[in-house]
Amino acid sequence: MKAAGILRAALAAAVLVAGSAAAVVAAAAGPALESARSGPCVEDPKVMRRSHMDFMKHDRDDTVRKGMRAIKHSLAACVDCHASRSDGRVLGSDRHFCQGCHAYAAVKVDCFDCHASTARPAATAAAPAQGAAK
Amino acid sequence: MNPVDKRRREFFGQAAAIAGTLVAPGLMLYEYAQAKAPADPVSGKVRWGMLIDTTKCAPGCRDCVDACNRENGLPGSTRSTDSQWIRKVDLKDLRTGRAVSIPVLCQHCAEPPCVDVCPTGASFKREDGIVLVDRHTCIGCRYCMMACPYKARSFVHEPTTGQKPDVPRGKGCVESCTLCVHKVDRGGTPSCVEACAAAGHGAIVFGDLNDPQSEISRRVRAASTTQLRADLRTDNGVRYQGLPG
Repeated sequence: MKAAGILRAALAAAVLVAGSAAAVVAAAAGPALESARSGPCVEDPKVMRRSHMDFMKHDRDDTVRKGMRAIKHSLAACVDCHASRSDGRVLGSDRHFCQGCHAYAAVKVDCFDCHASTARPAATAAAPAQGAAK
Repeated sequence: MNPVDKRRREFFGQAAAIAGTLVAPGLMLYEYAQAKAPADPVSGKVRWGMLIDTTKCAPGCRDCVDACNRENGLPGSTRSTDSQWIRKVDLKDLRTGRAVSIPVLCQHCAEPPCVDVCPTGASFKREDGIVLVDRHTCIGCRYCMMACPYKARSFVHEPTTGQKPDVPRGKGCVESCTLCVHKVDRGGTPSCVEACAAAGHGAIVFGDLNDPQSEISRRVRAASTTQLRADLRTDNGVRYQGLPG
């Protein structure tokens, strides 16, 4: 009886360890997303992952209220660079940049209820052929 | 001509030339101060306005309305629940029989009632006189629609698709003419004005009411123009020329 109890505990511990190891692997892998169309991001990707919403929220007020159109953290510029090479969008499947990561992190993305989720024509015209490289 | 007169003439000629070169850079600097680079914040020195010449606006012409719908990604249908940023309104003076057809849009009031009533501060007037809705803070209560004397605002009742990157719009917010703020901020002109000019009507003039050299300022100085419901003293940025008394 006692031995069975010890065995159960050991089994549970093993399952726990295995589970957390799997979680670590999954976290390291991250969501499978298409790479950006061009160049480095406006901030370090680690900073962007954590703070992009704050950057955009700050700069949107500058644009809406003060009419400043050349801001650093612009949602339209995010979309231009991160739009999928196949359909020019950031939403649509878990490979699409915004939807993929938000699905992975289980966070609702409201931006595109109002904002366009497609790249501007000028952006797609400027970098169309980089699609081959992943 | 005696030598003294000749010297005098030369002196005045040179003085005029020097004065000219001094004034010209000054004027250019003045003009430069009015123009805004896309990165700059808007300035209260500018007051954007529009002058609509009703004598050039033909009944049935919808060029400005169609251009607005195209530019801003509006569906263009006119059911009571659809967004309309410009409407063509037909007026007739029954005493004289004179009829006009005018585009009515957000009048971009200096004292906007929509801003007064907004409970969240979403409805606001920019420094340069353009009245806008900040959709991030709009809760869709529609007080501004009731307050507007010009029926200029619309509520988005249904989910939107195909928005323009420069013109975000979505269900649950109030919206109205933005004077094509995304173009004006980059030195452009509202699409309705461009379309009206491109079609050869030239009924709408857009410009800075605070700049005495601008075409709109010269026009409102030269001819009698009217603000709609001037009795409300909202001091509209949109003016009409040739409305029936």
